[in-house]
Amino acid sequence: MDWTALFLSLKLALVATTILMLLTAPLACLLAYSRLPGKAFIEAFINLPLAMPPTVVGFYLLLLMGPEGSLGRIWTGITGSPLLFTFAGIVIASIIYSIPFALQPMRAAFEKVDPRLIDSARVLGLSAPAVFARVILPNSLNGIAASSILVFLHALGAFGVILMVGGSVPGETRVASIAIYESVETLQYGSAARMSLALLPICYVFLLIVHRLTRSGSS
Amino acid sequence: MNLQIRIRKRLPHFDLNLDIACPAEMMTVVIGPSGAGKTTLMRIIAGLDKPEEGFIRFGDEVWLDTRRRFCLAPQKRRLGYVFQDFPLFPHLTIFENASFAARTQKDDARMLLDRFGIAHLGGRKPDAVSGGERQRCALCQALASAPRLLLLDEPFSALDVFTRRDLRDQLHQMKAELSVPIVYVTHDVNEALYLADELLPIVDGRVDRQWMQKSIARADAARPDRTRAVREPRLSLAY
Repeated sequence: MDWTALFLSLKLALVATTILMLLTAPLACLLAYSRLPGKAFIEAFINLPLAMPPTVVGFYLLLLMGPEGSLGRIWTGITGSPLLFTFAGIVIASIIYSIPFALQPMRAAFEKVDPRLIDSARVLGLSAPAVFARVILPNSLNGIAASSILVFLHALGAFGVILMVGGSVPGETRVASIAIYESVETLQYGSAARMSLALLPICYVFLLIVHRLTRSGSS
Repeated sequence: MNLQIRIRKRLPHFDLNLDIACPAEMMTVVIGPSGAGKTTLMRIIAGLDKPEEGFIRFGDEVWLDTRRRFCLAPQKRRLGYVFQDFPLFPHLTIFENASFAARTQKDDARMLLDRFGIAHLGGRKPDAVSGGERQRCALCQALASAPRLLLLDEPFSALDVFTRRDLRDQLHQMKAELSVPIVYVTHDVNEALYLADELLPIVDGRVDRQWMQKSIARADAARPDRTRAVREPRLSLAY
């Protein structure tokens, strides 16, 4: 049993989910409430990873994050080290790959908040950030929690994108899904079975929590 | 302070076209049938809706001037607005709701809850109190925010007859103390006559005095004792 891979998977999922939630909240709020022209184009662009095969997303990210890619160059300029085949690289890849899974449920949760509450708060003198913090956020917590768990599970199970961008560097990018794939390739079915069995209850429990949260949110 | 409103807004079936003034320290009752544009007028005054053309001035302060593309944000108008179906914040207690506004003093909120007889419910969530208690809390919330203008959009319409009469009496008593202009929306002629210092009948987006006269006559005819509503508004309650 490759505990390092399992631990790395959980660490990747946790870091990517935290960053993604913080990045997505203002974007979801903007898409839910603003009357931006061209909102549909922005949304379609953000949702692209949903429609494309993971290897295609991974291929584009490989180009973007490579030594010749713009993101790779910026990263190397700041940190002095490459982005590909590093933990930071797979975190960024996971974030980009999982954006739609965070954005859509969060946007739906924001849209469920009664618009009269928002009107009432504005009339009572609250600024837009205060309305978000004191009214929208507390009334969409279940939806946000559900969306964060879905993102966590999505990042936990990511394979194609991680393989393209991170390869399989033990302790750095060799996450559980890649460890399982490699075990199968080398006919170590027992090792693959143990790792798969370890992931199963984690995913099941988290999905149960999502179910509870969305059910109590809708009631 | 005087509220001057001149607006034109296209609605699905007609244009809301008004040029009105609500005098300082008085209660102006906007009355009209459902769908006459009353709530839209209130939302425009609050800054939650924008008309195609319009000018709103409160005292010396311009709130809206579409010709100069100026519209003061709702949070800067410092008004109290009680909505038709009292949307209290469900995640907050009754006390937290009453003291929610940015400019509310906690003591003021406590005093108002006490005055409206719901201080003992301060720790409860809105879904654990009755409709009348929620509406009392909505009134406290608006009053505690130290408003310069009070907008009440059919605030008691969803309540039972007795609670409604009770709250209306309380509001009637408070009117003089508040010393701010109040705009009150209703479609109930008796309620309008009971509360109003000024009546503003609106039908299909326009002021219609004839409709008011006909409605008063109808309300008089429907009363068993034929008490004239205009002369004796307090006796004219049909409930």
